[in-house]
Amino acid sequence: MATELRDEPRMIASILAGNAQLFHELIRPYERRVYAMALSFLRNEADAEDVTQEAFLKAFRNLPSFRGDAKFGTWLISIALNEARSRIRRRDAVKMESLDGPEDEEGHVSPAQLTDWKEIPSEALERKEIRHLLHKAVTALPLIYREVFQLRDIEQMSVNEAAAALGITISSVKVRLHRARMMLQKHLAPQLQQMAPKRRRWA
Amino acid sequence: MIIECKHVWEHISDYLDQTLPPEVLEQVEKHLAHCEICSAILDSTRNILILTADDRVFELPLGFSQRLHARIEEEIRGMAP
Repeated sequence: MATELRDEPRMIASILAGNAQLFHELIRPYERRVYAMALSFLRNEADAEDVTQEAFLKAFRNLPSFRGDAKFGTWLISIALNEARSRIRRRDAVKMESLDGPEDEEGHVSPAQLTDWKEIPSEALERKEIRHLLHKAVTALPLIYREVFQLRDIEQMSVNEAAAALGITISSVKVRLHRARMMLQKHLAPQLQQMAPKRRRWA
Repeated sequence: MIIECKHVWEHISDYLDQTLPPEVLEQVEKHLAHCEICSAILDSTRNILILTADDRVFELPLGFSQRLHARIEEEIRGMAP
């Protein structure tokens, strides 16, 4: 994402000085990221869209309190994260997330053992079934693993940023991230290799 | 010191994040050099992380952007003096 090429502090100053329309431009590069995070948390497109809209509105209203000591993108993601988490609490107060199984930090995850890995290039994502498989695997992670994975490996937050955003320790971020990655490997590696064509070339 | 496969698995995440202490890194690398199972686990994990981080995995619904900006526009107009 080419957000580095934009002068975001200047855009924000201009919005605060009255050029509110510029907010549309400011958020454009972040729409997908905020939505992806909300979707991975909420597992439901309608809820994810709703939370994304709420998060951007909240960001707009709270823009005067944005201090600029964090990047705008990180600040935005934190707002969206809180929005998504409170939505989950409200929604699941009625119905607990029972499909996940125990969400504790005990136990180790053994990876899928293969003797060889045939690299799957990004072009494979042109195939809908591959995108669907990956999407399903991420959203199937239990919430405590899913949120860490989303912030670290999808949003590319640092361990410290993710710990601060989630209100957990750095060591919990590392433990949960490791488990999340291993769960994904365990689940996805055998399926992805099966979907790989027998020939060596992909496209 | 020789380490076993299951110990190597515990270090995969830190290995990928390049946060292993040098002495552990050396043991892990020594193990990886001769263990094809652990090498395949490492390669597949790295590959899967690249794929899942791709924008295409979480697609925006049709009309998403228009609806979002319409709501923001409403908010902006609502604030206007």
